[in-house]
Amino acid sequence: MGAETVHALRDVSLEIQRGEYVAIMGPSGSGKSTLMNLIGCLDTPSAGHYGLNGLSISDLDDNQLAEIRNREIGFVFQTFNLLARSDALHNVELPLIYAGVPADDRRQLALEALTQVGLADRIHHKPNELSGGQRQRVAVARALVNQPSILLADEPTGNLDSKTGAEIMALFDDLYRKGNTIIVVTHEEDIAKHARRIIRLRDGLIAGDEKQVEGRKSGVEGKTSSALGSRPSMLDRP
Amino acid sequence: MKFLAEITEGLGISWSALRANKMRSVLATLGIVIGIVTVTLMGAAINGLNQAFIKNVSAVGADVFYVSRYKWFNASYEDYLNMRKRPKITVVEADALARQLTLADAVAPEADNDDSVKYRTRSASSVDIIGTTEAYLQTSGVDVAAGRFLTAADAEGGQPVCVIGNDVATNLFRTDPPLGQRIKIESQSFLVIGVLAKQGTMFGFSLDNRVIIPLRQYLGLIERDPNIDIQVKAAGLAHLDEAREELEQVMRRVRHLRPDQPDNFSINQQDEIVQWFHKQTATIAVIGLFVTSLALFVGGIGIMNIMFVSVVERTREIGVRKAIGAKRRNILLQFLIEAACICLFGGMIGLSIAWLATLAVTQWLFPASLSGTIVVLSLLVSLLTGVISGFLPAWRAARMDPVEALRSE
Repeated sequence: MGAETVHALRDVSLEIQRGEYVAIMGPSGSGKSTLMNLIGCLDTPSAGHYGLNGLSISDLDDNQLAEIRNREIGFVFQTFNLLARSDALHNVELPLIYAGVPADDRRQLALEALTQVGLADRIHHKPNELSGGQRQRVAVARALVNQPSILLADEPTGNLDSKTGAEIMALFDDLYRKGNTIIVVTHEEDIAKHARRIIRLRDGLIAGDEKQVEGRKSGVEGKTSSALGSRPSMLDRP
Repeated sequence: MKFLAEITEGLGISWSALRANKMRSVLATLGIVIGIVTVTLMGAAINGLNQAFIKNVSAVGADVFYVSRYKWFNASYEDYLNMRKRPKITVVEADALARQLTLADAVAPEADNDDSVKYRTRSASSVDIIGTTEAYLQTSGVDVAAGRFLTAADAEGGQPVCVIGNDVATNLFRTDPPLGQRIKIESQSFLVIGVLAKQGTMFGFSLDNRVIIPLRQYLGLIERDPNIDIQVKAAGLAHLDEAREELEQVMRRVRHLRPDQPDNFSINQQDEIVQWFHKQTATIAVIGLFVTSLALFVGGIGIMNIMFVSVVERTREIGVRKAIGAKRRNILLQFLIEAACICLFGGMIGLSIAWLATLAVTQWLFPASLSGTIVVLSLLVSLLTGVISGFLPAWRAARMDPVEALRSE
C-alpha cells in the first residue's frame, strides 16, 4: 500500500428518484465503477453516506448487504454473467432461491420475467445455446424477477453488436415506461442518450448532470437535482 | 423449507460441477475410495473374526464353570507363581462335587495329556488324550457325529473304549471307517465307539485332534494322580450366579478351607475368554483403524486441494451469486455440499469394492463380514471427511469480496 490515499470518488452528492432513467458516464478511472458498486450495495463508502429507500446502507455488514442486493438491486453485467451449466429458467430463479421463495412461486415468477423479455420459448436453453442478445435478455429477466427498486446495468451492450445492443436498449426503454428505475453505467454517448438524465464523472468528481426532456412525452419536471457538496448522496423514495 | 431449497440447489450445483470435471472428480474421489476400502475392510475383518470366535465358543456354552488350579486370564506372573503352589485338583474332589452340588446338571472331571496314538502301522503323535466320564458330553458341548459317546458303565472302567476327534479319524484311518476298529495308546488297545463332529480351531489349536477315553483307563495308563479340571454345567442360565456361589462354597468345604483362607483353586468361565478376546480385537481395531484412517486423511487432503482449485475457478460465479443476493452461508453451504458429495460418492464406491473384497477374503483367507453398522459408519465418515476437508475452501469462497470476485477473469 502506498503512502498516498487515492479517493476514487470525492464530494459526490446526488439524488436519484424512483422511476428515473439515469446514465452514469465517464472515461475509465473516472470513478464510475466505484459509484456503481456503491449504488449496487456491493461496496460501502469508506466515508460519507448512502441511503436507499430510507435505509442507511453505509453501516450494513456483508450479509445485510447481500439481502439488500437481493431485494432492491437487479444487476445486468457487460459479460452477462449467467451460470453456464444452468438453463435460462434456473438462472432467472436464482435470486428467488436466495430470497427463500417456494419452488412453485419461483418457477411462476421466473416464467413471467422471461416472458417479459420475450424469451418464453427459450426457458430450457443453456447460455451456450443462446445468442448474445438472448443471453443479455435472460440476465435482464434475472435482474427483474425480484422486482427490485433499481435495475443497475454496467455497459449492458458492451459485448453485443450494435443491432442487438439497440434491441436491449429498446427493452430498457420499455421497462422504463413501465415504471422501473434504471441506472446504466456506460462510456458510450449513444447508449447514454436513451436515459433521461446523464451524470458525467471525471477524476472522481461530478462533471455534469443534465436532464434530457426529449424522448419521454410526458416529460419530467426539470429538477436540477445533483450538486457538488460535502454531503454525499441520498437515493430515496419520493 | 428455505434450507431444503438451499440443499437442493447445492446438490444440483455439485452434480453439474462433478459432471463438468469428470476426470478431476474421479481422481479426487480415488483417495477417498482407497481410504474407505481400507477402513471398511479392517472393520469387516475384525467383525468376521469376532463372529467366528463367538461361533466356536458358543459350542461350549456360557453355563459351564471350569474348576482349575489356574485362573485363565488377567493373572500377573506373581499370581502365576502363587497358583503353582496350589494343590492339584483331584478326581476325588470331582466326585465330591458331583455328590454335593444341587445347582449343577452335570459334573465332569477332565484329565488330559499329549500322547501318541497308533492304528495298525500308522501313528499320530501329540494327540490330546482326555480321560473323563459320560457327563463330559453335557459339559463340554461336543457332538458325536457317528457311533456313540461313553456311557456310565464305560466310565466306571468296563471295556477299553474311545471316542475320537475328527482330525484323528481322518489322519489315522484315512478312508477306513473307524467305528469298530482298535487303536493303541501306550500298551492298551481301545475300541473306537464314536467319532466327534468337527469343532474347528481356537487360537490356532485344533479342537479335533483328540481321543476321549474313560477316566479309569486314563488313570491306569497315562497318569496315576493327575491335576484335572472339573467341568460343571449349571442347572440353568437364570441361576448362574447362585450356581457359581454354591460351587465355590462346596469346593472350599471339600478342601477344608477356613473362612480366612483364600481360595486355592479358580473357577473359570467361558465369558472370560470372550472378554479377553474382545479386548485383543479391540486393540487390533484401534491400531488398525488408526493406520487405515491415514489413507482416508490423505484422501481428505486431496479433496481439500481440489476444492481450493474449484473455488478459484469459480470466483466469478461466486461474485455473481453474491451480487444477486447469496449470503456467506449460502456460498459456504454450496461448497460444503459439493465436497461432501464427492466424498460420499467415493465412500459408496469404496464400500462396493470393500464388499467384493470381503467376499473374496471370506472365500480364500478368513471369515470377514460387512455389518450394517460398518456400512453406515463408513458413509458417515466419508461425509464427515468431505465436510471437514471442504470447510477451508468453502470458507474462503464465502468470504470473497463480491467486487473483487466479479472483476476476476
